[in-house]
Amino acid sequence: MRKTKTAWLSLLLVLGLIAAACGDDDSAEANDDGTDTTAAVDDGGSDSLSGTLEGSGASFPDAFYQAAIVAYEEVAPGVTVIYNAVGSGQGKSDFADGLTAWAGTDSLVKEDEGLDPDEFLYIPTVAAPITVSYNLSGVDELQLSPDTLGAIFNGDITSWDDEAIAADNPDVELPSTAITLAVRADGSGTTSNFTKYLEKATGTWTLGSGDTIEWPSNAQAGQRNTGVAQIIQDTDGAIGYVDLADAEALGLTYAAIGNQEGEFVVPTLEGTTAALDGAEIADDLTYDPLDAAGAEAYPIAAPTYVLVRTSYEDQATADLVIDWITFLLTDAQDLAEDERYAPLPDSLRDRALAQLDQITVG
Amino acid sequence: MTTLTPITTAERPDLTIRARGSRLDAAFRGLALAAGLVVLAVLALIAYSTVDAALPALRAAGLEFVTSDRWAPNAPDGPHLGALAFVYGTAVVSSIALVLAVPVSIGIALFATEIAPRRLRRWITTAVDLLAAIPSVVYGLWGIAVLAPNVTGVYRWAHRTFGDLPVVGALVGPATSGRSFMTAGIVLAIMIVPIITSITREVFVTVPRGEKEAALALGATRWEMIRGAVLPHSFGGMVGATMLGLGRAMGETIAVALVIGSRPQIVADLFATGDAMPAVIVNQFGESSGTFRSALIALGVLLFVLTIVVNVLARVIVDRVQVRFRGAA
Repeated sequence: MRKTKTAWLSLLLVLGLIAAACGDDDSAEANDDGTDTTAAVDDGGSDSLSGTLEGSGASFPDAFYQAAIVAYEEVAPGVTVIYNAVGSGQGKSDFADGLTAWAGTDSLVKEDEGLDPDEFLYIPTVAAPITVSYNLSGVDELQLSPDTLGAIFNGDITSWDDEAIAADNPDVELPSTAITLAVRADGSGTTSNFTKYLEKATGTWTLGSGDTIEWPSNAQAGQRNTGVAQIIQDTDGAIGYVDLADAEALGLTYAAIGNQEGEFVVPTLEGTTAALDGAEIADDLTYDPLDAAGAEAYPIAAPTYVLVRTSYEDQATADLVIDWITFLLTDAQDLAEDERYAPLPDSLRDRALAQLDQITVG
Repeated sequence: MTTLTPITTAERPDLTIRARGSRLDAAFRGLALAAGLVVLAVLALIAYSTVDAALPALRAAGLEFVTSDRWAPNAPDGPHLGALAFVYGTAVVSSIALVLAVPVSIGIALFATEIAPRRLRRWITTAVDLLAAIPSVVYGLWGIAVLAPNVTGVYRWAHRTFGDLPVVGALVGPATSGRSFMTAGIVLAIMIVPIITSITREVFVTVPRGEKEAALALGATRWEMIRGAVLPHSFGGMVGATMLGLGRAMGETIAVALVIGSRPQIVADLFATGDAMPAVIVNQFGESSGTFRSALIALGVLLFVLTIVVNVLARVIVDRVQVRFRGAA
């Protein structure tokens, strides 16, 4: 008995030490929180700013924001930027409740989300293509027209040797494997953008659009992009929608999708930037790059935005926000490609920077 | 009247201590009362705020919330918020977990208290308790990465072998993937074994030595002694342990979310993908807003209510059965 007790005590001690070590980091961060936005505003250079800027929201641009945060620490060592990828809905709710100074969102703000349209500004930051990845033994190249894609995800086409798929791919020999749809189990902006595309560009899609879809019975759901990519990799005959970074990480093959001009385009960052160029930009800088015009444009591109307030309580916070978002739109854009996001075209980026001038204090 | 000589503290130092002790007693009682009240206050506040947040969805969905199995917040023909499929999924996976875990747990507990040599007992107890220390996300990841792919073959074998039988055949459909009610139930069963085992073990230990020895003295075998003395005495505790396990199974979130497959449907097929209440909340809450978010909170309230109902039922069963056993004795 004594021996086991000693063993347990020492195990507890070790665990306690580990916990204490982890705890130290936390308390250091908490201290930074406490100092909150005591910025020096004398000359406006990034390195003269200090304080903490908290944001939360969409997980889709998280990899890019985290990379940008690390880079920003170099130019503004006094500033701590925090981004928690809690989901667009939660991010908007945190922002509306005044818990965060900025938010990331893949979806636009709806009426019932507690934000007045004149309270906040949309700042587009990056975009990324959504691939239609598949796993079909013996088939390395696949072209899908929008109508075929809609019918596949609608559950109307259930076998790979269907006439519609064959018509899109005259030179490919298609096996009679059953189609398994790989979809998202969690509510997701990627699902929302993908189904909005199907709704907009196809005449065959009937299941509506949104973060959560009532998928047909041949669908299998995985957690996040990695989970969907995993299902595709594991299942012969699977097809699903995955962001480019995860599709590349697992080495999935992806289909070329027919765009508005009838060209079949594979998902690339260049094709996405081209789609942004061809998209119509609204006055509030929201835009819809889905099924955009242009022969080079990849038709399934997802935009993502940062929300900032039109008015901050103090000059210090406003300066921090403006400096951080300016960094995201300028120097950080080069980081986007490394993380497999498409940078904004110059025209849109200049309008986004101009949007920041509307931020006031008081 | 006799004169009272005052007692000095020098003569009876214990009296002052008692006086100080009574003040401490009062303070302690106050603290304990406050701690007890905090629990009630927290419970009341949670109940109030979640019901309040759930009301918009309950108003929008009405009775459909508990009678419909169609969960389609973004359907083209308007939102449908029927939670029945999630209730069904939670019930099915919890039942599978209990059916698998209870016999094993009671077996482990009996082995550890009655049969195993003294040396081995401690090791068994420690090993089972260690299972309880594994975080649920680890169980979930193990379920999705190891169990699901490997168990699919067993499911397919079960379908080939028993698929044509009446009734049983409906339960063993053609398994398309390892993500299913069954897989979630197996993972949950492993997760609730420690809690059921450790409580039933504690209960078995409290069986009076005299009763056990009396049974043996009457010529009972070890099994007859367990059946005649240990089990009747422990019935209430065993039901209590099972209910704690059930509570854990019903509320388990992340491990189930990872392996159940996330398709809200009511089917008899245990190898089909399904969904459960906590799983859908964790999966969809982050991106939700408005009425949809409110509906997810309403699911949480429903789960809360169901847990209370299950616990009350368990209490009733324990009371009834204990009366019966005492009557028989």
